[in-house]
Amino acid sequence: MRRLLPILLLAAACAACVDGVSREGGGLVVYAASSLEPALEAGAAALEEAAGASLVFNFGASNDLLRQILAARQADIFLSADEIQMDRLESAGLVEPGTRVSFLANRLVVVAPAGSGLEVASAADLAGSAIARLAIGDPGGVPAGRYARSWLEREGVWEQVAERIVPVPDARAVLAAVESGGVQAGIAYRTDAMTSGRVAVLYEVPAGEDLAITYSAAAVAGGSRLPEAQRLIRFLQGAGAEKIFGPLGFVVMPRDTDRIR
Amino acid sequence: MLSQHSLQALLISVEVALGASLLVLPPGILIGRLLARREFAGKGVVETLVSLPLVLPASAVGYMLLSLFSIDGPLGARNLGFDPGILFTIKGALASAAVMSLPLVARTARVAFEGVDPRLEGMARTLGLGPLATLIRVSLPLAARGLAAAAIMGFSRSLGEFGATVIVAGNIPGRTQTLALAIFSDIQSGRMEDARGLLLITTLLAFAGTYITEMLIRGSSTARRREA
Repeated sequence: MRRLLPILLLAAACAACVDGVSREGGGLVVYAASSLEPALEAGAAALEEAAGASLVFNFGASNDLLRQILAARQADIFLSADEIQMDRLESAGLVEPGTRVSFLANRLVVVAPAGSGLEVASAADLAGSAIARLAIGDPGGVPAGRYARSWLEREGVWEQVAERIVPVPDARAVLAAVESGGVQAGIAYRTDAMTSGRVAVLYEVPAGEDLAITYSAAAVAGGSRLPEAQRLIRFLQGAGAEKIFGPLGFVVMPRDTDRIR
Repeated sequence: MLSQHSLQALLISVEVALGASLLVLPPGILIGRLLARREFAGKGVVETLVSLPLVLPASAVGYMLLSLFSIDGPLGARNLGFDPGILFTIKGALASAAVMSLPLVARTARVAFEGVDPRLEGMARTLGLGPLATLIRVSLPLAARGLAAAAIMGFSRSLGEFGATVIVAGNIPGRTQTLALAIFSDIQSGRMEDARGLLLITTLLAFAGTYITEMLIRGSSTARRREA
């Protein structure tokens, strides 16, 4: 027993500290698209001040996050990398009325490992023999992958390229795949590409009407922290948000382009 | 009952597991033999190293392999001068399964060799057989059941490999998507029907593998008892 005692004490202390963490985790829970991670982490202090609450982030592919919200409803705010996931949340009756806004825009770029010497001047070049494997978000669900697929379809090369696609679980995983050199190229968000020193941007996909990449924010219905959630969403559209997201390559959308449906 | 992509995943899994167990069997047998019959300095360290993938998170092993084969890694394209084609290919799945199943194969092989009466090997040597001939003509046949168990263990473990595979080989339907990965993708995408089908198949395969292994091991120990 004497030997056991310190172990028991240690276990009790651990239980106490775990409990402390979970209580501290009583902050506003934000489920956010993986591509927002660098910006939200960098701007966390300003965001917390705006919301008047501490923030707890859960990053992932927006389609995954949606699934998690539908299954367990642990989120106060959802920041999706596309409108489709938010439409789904809305049709499930889980968007707090009047809180949905489109707040950011992004672009796609073609990236390759730094120093690869590869050149890409159009979508057609992705169908060339130099690219055996091309990483994109899983086009079956991940927004970045769906955007990439729409672009390749619009340019008429999807059929040729489909065989070479390496689908990855979220937008930021494209970078990791490209950095490893296991794929010759990938289609990533411009903002993510800017965070990596080990990839080179070969081509910037022109933004088109049919390829609008917008991020959607909304408070999840039924949360107990609606006022804080509303404050945070309002902040995401203001000058303060410009300071956080602008330098990282996002376009902060002005308030009047809200697409509240 | 099985969708096209489930069937593909099953075929890829069987291909990977067969390949990995063939790949791992020779080194597994050698290591098992070494640990069963030789005493040498640092044996404890070798034993621990061999068993490490059993207890390390598969993702940690995946990360090691990824670093090893990534473009600037020790076995990467820039160092080798050619692309070994491991990352995001079926070879990557093979490498992951092989590394993750080596400990089980080596440990089971070791037990198999330890069950062989050393006096029989000694007699063979006295009668003029060299060490290699003794291994091939005496030890291997006597340990055959246990070694078969080792091979099936390796096969079964490879079928279940997920963590290292998803990092090294990715999760490409029809290319590198094994059963374990397909179940994950099905759940992620809400294809629960497919997930259930695959669950049934993996359970059956795992049951068969484990059952056969148990029978082989039990058989070899009763045989030994009868000899004694």
